[in-house]
Amino acid sequence: MSTVEQSPMDKAPVIDFDKFKPSRSHTAARKRKDFAMGLLIGLAFIVALIPLISLLWTTISNGMKRLNLNFLSYNMSGVIGGKPTPSGGYGGILHAIIGTLEITLGAMVISVPIGLMCAVYLVEYSNRSGLAKSVSLLVDVMSGIPSIVAGLFAFSMFTIIAGPGTINGFEGSVALSLLMIPTVVKSSEEMLKVVPNDLREASYALGVTKQRTITKIVLRTALPGIVSGVILAIARVIGETAPLLMTAGYIATTNMNLFSGQMTTLPVYAYQQYSTLSVTCPASAGPSCVTSIPMERAWAAALMLILIVLLLNLIGRIVAKVFAVKTER
Amino acid sequence: MSSASNSATTAAGGKTADKVFKGVAYACGILILVTLAAVALFLLFRAWPLIGGDQAQNVAAIESFTGNKAHNFWQFVGPLMFGTVLVAASALIVSFFISVGIALFISHYAPKRLATALSYVIDLLAAIPSVIYGLWGGIVLVPAVYPFWNWVATYFGWIPIFAGPAANPPRTVATVALVLAVMILPIITSLSRDIFLQTPRLQEEAALALGATRWEMIKLAVLPFGRSGMVSASMLGLGRALGETMAVLMILSPGLTYSAHLLQASKNQTIAANIASQYPEANALGVSILIGTGLVLFLITFLVNFIARKIVEKASV
Repeated sequence: MSTVEQSPMDKAPVIDFDKFKPSRSHTAARKRKDFAMGLLIGLAFIVALIPLISLLWTTISNGMKRLNLNFLSYNMSGVIGGKPTPSGGYGGILHAIIGTLEITLGAMVISVPIGLMCAVYLVEYSNRSGLAKSVSLLVDVMSGIPSIVAGLFAFSMFTIIAGPGTINGFEGSVALSLLMIPTVVKSSEEMLKVVPNDLREASYALGVTKQRTITKIVLRTALPGIVSGVILAIARVIGETAPLLMTAGYIATTNMNLFSGQMTTLPVYAYQQYSTLSVTCPASAGPSCVTSIPMERAWAAALMLILIVLLLNLIGRIVAKVFAVKTER
Repeated sequence: MSSASNSATTAAGGKTADKVFKGVAYACGILILVTLAAVALFLLFRAWPLIGGDQAQNVAAIESFTGNKAHNFWQFVGPLMFGTVLVAASALIVSFFISVGIALFISHYAPKRLATALSYVIDLLAAIPSVIYGLWGGIVLVPAVYPFWNWVATYFGWIPIFAGPAANPPRTVATVALVLAVMILPIITSLSRDIFLQTPRLQEEAALALGATRWEMIKLAVLPFGRSGMVSASMLGLGRALGETMAVLMILSPGLTYSAHLLQASKNQTIAANIASQYPEANALGVSILIGTGLVLFLITFLVNFIARKIVEKASV
């Protein structure tokens, strides 16, 4: 660069930068807007907390009234109106808990193998083919199926296969598994994807077959994540009401057989008690007869259900966190 | 197998196992397609009397369902579809802004430690079963919200959808929409949060370096980036709201009209809640009609979810 040459800046027009200087009021307005939006966004969070706190609080405070050992260890047989049963309680949810556990277990037995193998197909075998793309799109779409449609599907399937009027626990399991499979597929797929490719290649290099590599290396590495995904999927379907209303039915006594007869589940129990609203007490019944007992039972069953769901969620998250695969990221 | 003599047989066995395993994996993948087709086919099969059966009987069954208000299937399912869409759309409108606000709060305002805790709290909302939302809505929210709806009807009654008088108890579309809004909030929040967190860091910092305030940075960089994600998240939320049964069944006072007066009771009913409430007393033909409405619901939600997923797919490529 010679000193004789003119700097290109000399030709440039002189700009009065002060003209573009933000005025004090403009800056203040922008700051005000920033503050207002921050406030609104913070407020949105508080607005969302109100229903959560109110819901948990009412469920706990109303549910505690009836949730005791007697309530957990008897079913609804022999409960007449608002009168206490010979055991001293007002009926219970033993049959509903058994029904819920059996039906959910049935759903799990159906959907975990199918969901897991579907995830294996998507991650290990698909090679990004067109079929795989449509399967993974339809899994996503399937996760949006309304629960009542799942119930109608199970109901129609069983009336066609097993004859009209079939109602049993297993039918409920089929309905629930339709809702559970997409969740299992999605979570297992995520978990299989984070298994490092080095592991697979090391295994192939040793001459291990693909099936053995998948079962012994890939699935074993991803196991904690898959287990936690399955637990979260169970937590999702265990509270389903609508499909069980039409497939599993509602009875007062304990039914241990998943494959025959109606079966009560916790959510359906809570709903039935809610729709009963109240019972009438004869004048001669005395103070031990409680007219509002169905509502109290509904809240107690709801509390039990929330406890189960939250416990499952907690276990799922702990499993995911404690046994997580260490990936290089 | 450690012994050398066995190695040949295990290799052969391994090959068969390989093939079987691959076959099972493929079968399970295809089973997903088959299941979805089966859902549509079984529903269609059970709803067939509606199309191929005796039409005079169908008309009689529908008239007995609706108290002589509807005379054919479409007159019956029309108001139900309208009610379903009305409830879900108003829930989405309530939920959308709050969800996006929370997602922004978690992704761009809250400190990192707090943000994970807040995500758990939002996930907690998703974990609560719908029957409990129904209980809470029917017993706690319905009496508590009446003064508010009354206030809305008094001062905003000139807007047609808020036309008074507000029903008391407010077992109305407006109250149901509030409960559904809470139920779909976690879906929209978590999906939008994930998208917002993916905003290119350089764009955000460029906006800040040019002197933008935090809100201006969000408006310039984050929201345009997350637009398609927000759209698909709200469509997924809409899909969930369309199919929700229990909360609607336990709160809404049903009716079969094309009325959009959100604050008046006994005006609308959704397909899902109608199935659950009519099902126990329906005869064989009645069940067929209900399954027919279920098929309509299935197609609507399938479409909404399909479009939402297509948008996600396009955005992620």
